[in-house]
Amino acid sequence: MAKSNEPIWWSLFSAGGVVAALLVPVHIVLFGIAWPLGMVPADALEFSRMQALLAHPLTRLYCFVLISLPLFHWAHRFRFTLVDLGLHGAAMLIAVLCYGAAIAGTIVAALTLWG
Amino acid sequence: MKPYIRPMPATWWLKRSPYLLFMIRELTSVFVAAYVVIFLVMIRRLNEGQAAYEAFLESLKSPLAIGFHMVALAFAVFHTVTWFHLTPKAMAVRIGEERVKPALIIAPNYAAWAVISAIVAWFILG
Amino acid sequence: MANSTSEGTMRLEVFRYSPEKDEEPHFQTYEVPFRKDWVVLDALNHIKDQSDGTLSFRWSCRMGVCGSCGVMVNGVPKLGCSAFLRDYYPNPIRIEPLSHFPVLRDLVFQLDSFLDKLKSVQPWIVRRDGEKPVSEGEYLQTPAQHARFKDFSMCINCMLCFAACPVVGMEPHFLGPATIALAQRYNLDSRDQGRDQRQETVASHDGIWQCTFIGECSAVCPKHVDPAGAIQQAKLESTIDWFKEVLWPFGGRKS
Repeated sequence: MAKSNEPIWWSLFSAGGVVAALLVPVHIVLFGIAWPLGMVPADALEFSRMQALLAHPLTRLYCFVLISLPLFHWAHRFRFTLVDLGLHGAAMLIAVLCYGAAIAGTIVAALTLWG
Repeated sequence: MKPYIRPMPATWWLKRSPYLLFMIRELTSVFVAAYVVIFLVMIRRLNEGQAAYEAFLESLKSPLAIGFHMVALAFAVFHTVTWFHLTPKAMAVRIGEERVKPALIIAPNYAAWAVISAIVAWFILG
Repeated sequence: MANSTSEGTMRLEVFRYSPEKDEEPHFQTYEVPFRKDWVVLDALNHIKDQSDGTLSFRWSCRMGVCGSCGVMVNGVPKLGCSAFLRDYYPNPIRIEPLSHFPVLRDLVFQLDSFLDKLKSVQPWIVRRDGEKPVSEGEYLQTPAQHARFKDFSMCINCMLCFAACPVVGMEPHFLGPATIALAQRYNLDSRDQGRDQRQETVASHDGIWQCTFIGECSAVCPKHVDPAGAIQQAKLESTIDWFKEVLWPFGGRKS
């Protein structure tokens, strides 16, 4: 047995877990529940306002972190969950698909924000 | 000598509530990922122009969308709470011989969550 | 002992397997007297003494320090000497051998894999600098240094954590909770210098990285060792090591 390279995935999983824990709930509430139900002013998400917010480089960096790290958090957790649910045989394939999906999502996010 | 090997069912996690709660905890990551993908889509629509963006916002008002977000919120909050209570376990913080009470490490996480959420809301709502 | 004879009885459904005559195990039901101060081990000994001498099970100290009498009680790993009948009365209880081990006979299971895993992490003080000669006196350790590993040294090798851990059940090569807690016990001991050696085993894929932090190992541990905590701490330390090795490949490492 030799030391594993799992730490790289575990670090991404941990960082993603922190980002998800602290930031995802408020975003779900604001964009997905409060605004659609009219609990906040309708013009809060007005196009030109949002465009201006997104133009700021720090906002783009924030959005990148908010999208990418939770994807790696999901990839690591989901990979082990599928194995825990009985899919041991395909463990390598599952790992490739999960981390691959997270990497793809990260690339799309980067292209969307800075492409 | 014929040792008997008991098979382990794939439904092991349904047998006891701690295991079921564990599985639910792990599945929170699916809803978290689904949400950030939706967030990414929103930004893409924003880049595509006012018409595309406003169509996206309209779709958020559908009962299906609101329903999804409510379920996602429940899972996301479950992730947050379980995460805060688990992370102190990865660090054995001691002052001299005494172990720092876990509550003293967990409480600042909740405080940070409240403050950060307020700041984010302030930025978005203006 | 003058106990009330009108306290009633309790039903035990006990896992039975005799390799010389059984292809499959079955459950055998016994009625035992219910006594408020009896534990599962008392009930099993009553069965063996009074009704069925063929029932086989391990036990020794009957006071929660030897780690011999682990059994599944209604699907939960417990020490037979610490599980009180009164916590289940009047419902029947199901007694099975600890999960995730091959069964030799009745409640007796094969624990070789556990012992092999313990040995694989070199659970003894390792000195790189060599042993201090006796003339130089003992290794000194402050109470604070002792506190760092004391909880992890309390393991009685009862294997309840192995029975509680689904990963142990699904991945035969996973080192397991008690093993990693034991490795941490030595890694954190100020007298030890063997962490680097142990990392080859502990930080491998079948070591800490198979753990998904279900946490049931710590929940069932009768000595509050907190193996789950040991594993997560080892993950964090191993990750920090990994980044140090990647970013400073030529840096010297100390234990």
